[in-house]
Amino acid sequence: MDLYEHQARELFEEHGILVPRAEVTDSPKEARGIARRLGGRAVVKAQVKTGGRGKAGGVKLAADPAAAELTARQILGMDIKGHTVRKVMLAQPVDIEDEFYVSYVLDRAAGHFLAIASAEGGMDIEEVAASRPDAVARIPVDPAEGVTSAKAAEIAEAAGLPPQTVDVLVRLWEVLTREDALLVEVNPLVRTAQGRILALDGKVTLDDNARFRQERWGEKDAPHDDPLEAAAAARGLNYVKLDGEVGVIGNGAGLVMSTLDVVAGCGARPANFLDIGGGASARIMADGLSVVLSDPAVKSVLVNVFGGITACDAVAEGIVQALESVRLTKPLVVRLDGNNAVRGRAVLDDRAHPLVHQATTMDGAARRAARLATAD
Amino acid sequence: MAVFLSKESKVLVQGMTGGEGMKHTRRMLAAGTDVVGGVNPRKAGRSVDFDVPRSTDGQGGTPVTVPVFGSVREGMAATGADVTVVFVPPAFAKAAVLEAADAGIALAVVITEGIPVHDAVAFHAYAAAKGTRVIGPNCPGLISPGQSNAGIIPADITKPGRIGLVSKSGTLTYQLMYELRDIGFSTCVGIGGDPVVGTTHIDCLAAFQDDPDTDLVVLIGEIGGDAEERAAAYIRDHVTKPVVGYIAGFTAPEGKTMGHAGAIVSGSSGTAHAKKAALEAAGVPVGGTPTETARLVLARLEAERVATGG
Repeated sequence: MDLYEHQARELFEEHGILVPRAEVTDSPKEARGIARRLGGRAVVKAQVKTGGRGKAGGVKLAADPAAAELTARQILGMDIKGHTVRKVMLAQPVDIEDEFYVSYVLDRAAGHFLAIASAEGGMDIEEVAASRPDAVARIPVDPAEGVTSAKAAEIAEAAGLPPQTVDVLVRLWEVLTREDALLVEVNPLVRTAQGRILALDGKVTLDDNARFRQERWGEKDAPHDDPLEAAAAARGLNYVKLDGEVGVIGNGAGLVMSTLDVVAGCGARPANFLDIGGGASARIMADGLSVVLSDPAVKSVLVNVFGGITACDAVAEGIVQALESVRLTKPLVVRLDGNNAVRGRAVLDDRAHPLVHQATTMDGAARRAARLATAD
Repeated sequence: MAVFLSKESKVLVQGMTGGEGMKHTRRMLAAGTDVVGGVNPRKAGRSVDFDVPRSTDGQGGTPVTVPVFGSVREGMAATGADVTVVFVPPAFAKAAVLEAADAGIALAVVITEGIPVHDAVAFHAYAAAKGTRVIGPNCPGLISPGQSNAGIIPADITKPGRIGLVSKSGTLTYQLMYELRDIGFSTCVGIGGDPVVGTTHIDCLAAFQDDPDTDLVVLIGEIGGDAEERAAAYIRDHVTKPVVGYIAGFTAPEGKTMGHAGAIVSGSSGTAHAKKAALEAAGVPVGGTPTETARLVLARLEAERVATGG
């Protein structure tokens, strides 16, 4: 889960990293009051989980409280790369002497975290890394050792950062490990005219798998932008809304992804990704089907199950159950293979719903669902 | 022969006495796996009776009694176990793998889904230092059909043969095993779809390359990371056996996690297109669907047969 800038800022502050004074609001009127509290001038920053805010006009300096209100009014509701701005953060402007870049990222290939640091912050680090790789230090962190002061000094030295950043590097590692983050990034980390080191902007991605030991996360959780994704999440379903017309339900992330591709290969567009998971019960199948059917864009639904741990007869029972509670108005193509497939197919044959079609292969099922979705 | 797992493998199950552990231990026994013990410090000294069916779909059969040990170390000392399968919940998985590595076991297969990445990073580093191979986490395990099955892969969808398979996805593993069921497999390894996994595509490719009983390798990848690109480079430089590939996730949008924790396209990296292109550049044909992938395998085996006059 990605955090908003203001949430990342809060975490930094809790771990003793200096940040500019700031407040968040969704109201232009309040923005005026905040600017007054911050001393009049304020940087108004759109809170969206995407990069490139500055270029899109989502970050502006307001000279006084009235300007802050006007600017907040302009930025709130803006669309930045498909993300609607619902909140702005107003931050006290800072006199910047130097800008740096620091982050800890997961190096999937090596299986550990990597410190990335550069004395050239404030801009696109990928560009710096591509054009002048020497300007970016990449230092692996031994998971057993972590980032001690000595390690932080090594990172700062390699990147050409001033010695005052060593403490920030240690604290940022604490943010990463104590909060179960997959990524922490400060860009820019600045040195002010007074010589203080401040995190001016930051990005934090938390590990959803660590939710069980990070109780505070509930509060940080942002609502799903898509109502169907929210409904699916409430039922514990692994669902991603896409913009096509063939609803896709399957078991196992790989098989569902593959099914989306096969549908696309048949000339239709998948409407969603829905993985009912391993060992899915009839209840989960029924829940999944009702979520997919409630998407008005869906013209046909493809259920593709290869029963391994999942039993096909349970899936078929789930479909039959769903037919009791949801009035099926769209065709449903079902392909069942693997564990208990024969029994599962018989369950659907017995129900003999006119809109439920069975197919014997994955490709054949996808072709049929695609044809049914694009028929008119 | 087979890779990583054979009929000689002696298997412990950490978490055997839990619901999933019981269910899958029974299936492993039915597949012929030599399950020599369970591990649970609170139930040490007891044993569990399994009614093992003759096939995984059948009912009833032979009774098998499996002892429960207090630790992996005790289990190894008493039985000579060299493999452990980890079924414990995410919160305890790290401790379970550290314990297994500490005991010096050769192979730990971590089935558990939803392990925090920091825990995985920690236990992978520890296991590597202790010389323990980890497969997973969040994986279906591995099977050498007709010999042994460590994990949750259904054993009766294929038979012994000469294809090796390595995959990030459980269900795509099953799908391809099923499509190629008449040819059969030496070993199928599900390495898992998490951002950090112990055994990689490359590790499996190297093992299959050295395995005299594997003629061809099927490599299944998906969006996220660059494991497939690195595998492609490895194949180009080190693999002489034919490899056929399949990649899932061409339709995945940027920034959305598609089920697996590691399956996410971020920025310009991790796309299915890039992975397919890298594999094809290394001479690996990549199927557009699982079925087409199976056809490519059959065609390649046929070509080899003709070429060698077999």
